[in-house]
Amino acid sequence: MGWHFDSNRPIYAQLAEHIQLQIAAGVYPPGSKLPSVRDLAAEAEVNPNTMQRALAELETEGLIFAQRTAGRFVTQDAEAVDQSRRRLFQSAVEAFLKNMGSLGCSPQQSLEILKNHVEGLH
Amino acid sequence: MDALLECRGLTKSYGRKTALSGVDLSLSRGKIIGLLGPNGSGKTTLIKLACGLLTPTAGEILIEGKAPGVESRLAISYLPDKNYLNDWMRVSDLVQYFADFYSNFDPNRARDMLQKLNIDPSQRLKTLSKGTKEKVQLILVMSRDAQLYLLDEPIGGVDPAARDYILNTIIANYNSQSTILISTHLIADIEKVLDEVIFISEGRVVLSSSVDEIRAENGKSVDALFREVFKC
Repeated sequence: MGWHFDSNRPIYAQLAEHIQLQIAAGVYPPGSKLPSVRDLAAEAEVNPNTMQRALAELETEGLIFAQRTAGRFVTQDAEAVDQSRRRLFQSAVEAFLKNMGSLGCSPQQSLEILKNHVEGLH
Repeated sequence: MDALLECRGLTKSYGRKTALSGVDLSLSRGKIIGLLGPNGSGKTTLIKLACGLLTPTAGEILIEGKAPGVESRLAISYLPDKNYLNDWMRVSDLVQYFADFYSNFDPNRARDMLQKLNIDPSQRLKTLSKGTKEKVQLILVMSRDAQLYLLDEPIGGVDPAARDYILNTIIANYNSQSTILISTHLIADIEKVLDEVIFISEGRVVLSSSVDEIRAENGKSVDALFREVFKC
C-alpha cells in the first residue's frame, strides 16, 4: 500500500509534509541519509518526478540537504528539526480547534474537554 | 531538449466526421502523461496517428522530429485498445515472438513480470480470462526499452490488486529518457503516478497541465475536475 493522499491538494505538498513528519518523529534522525528518490517514490507509489519536487521543497526549507553523488541527508541542525516539529504541533492544534469549532465548541470549552479527557486517562 | 512527440495543427477526419481538429501538442521526455477524455473524443485516433497506423488529414505529427515510419516503430511501444495477438499462441511463444520482432525487447523482464502476476507461460492466450489477456499484452509492451510508450486503455479489465502492481511496475521501469502516454477513464487510480494530463474533447485539446498545478489551482483532484468539465 502507498501513502494516503487528500484529493484536493497538490500531491508534492502532501509528500513533503509526510517526510517532514517522519523527520520530526525521528524516523529519519538529524544527519541521517534519506532513501533515494526512486525508493521513496516506489514506497509512496507516486511518480518519481513528484517525489523529486517534494524533496526540493524540503531542501528550500533547509530541512534536508543534497550532497552531490552521495544523496540527500536530514539537516544536522537539531534546532531546525525542532522548529519544524513545533510548526507541526501548531497545525495539529489548529486543526483540532477548527474541528471542535465546527461542532459548536468554543476554544475555551475545547480546552476544558481536552483537560478532562487527559485527566480521565490517569 | 527536443520534444519526443510533436503535433502541429493535427487533423483527422473519417469521411464527414472530424475526429481530431487542429491539435497542437508537444510531449517532452521523462514524463508520465494521462490522455483523458470522454468516449469518442479522439484519444485512440491520436495514438494511432502517432503509431503511423493512420495518416493525418491535415497538419503533422512528428516522433523525435520525424514523421512516423520504420524508426519510430522501434522508438514506440504501443498497446492497442483491443487484443491483436494470435490467441492460439502460448504466452511463452508470444514472448519469443516479441523478442524476434523487437531488438529492444527484454524477455527476462517479461518472464519476471509474468511470474509475479502468476501467469502460466505454457497457457494458450485464448484460454486466459479477459483481464489476464490484458495483463499479458501490457507486460509484453512494457518489456521493451522504448522511448515512447503509448498505452490505450491499459488497465480497464484488470483487478485492483494487479492494477497496483502494474502501476508500480510502470514507476519502477520509468527512466528519464522515455515518456509514457496513458489513455484511460480510470483517472483516480492513476492520478498519483501522472506528471501531466491532457484533456481532450470533441477532437480538441481543452486542457494541458500538470497534476499538481490542477490541484493547486482548483483545489480538487484531476478526477473531480474531469467529472466537472465533462459533466453530462
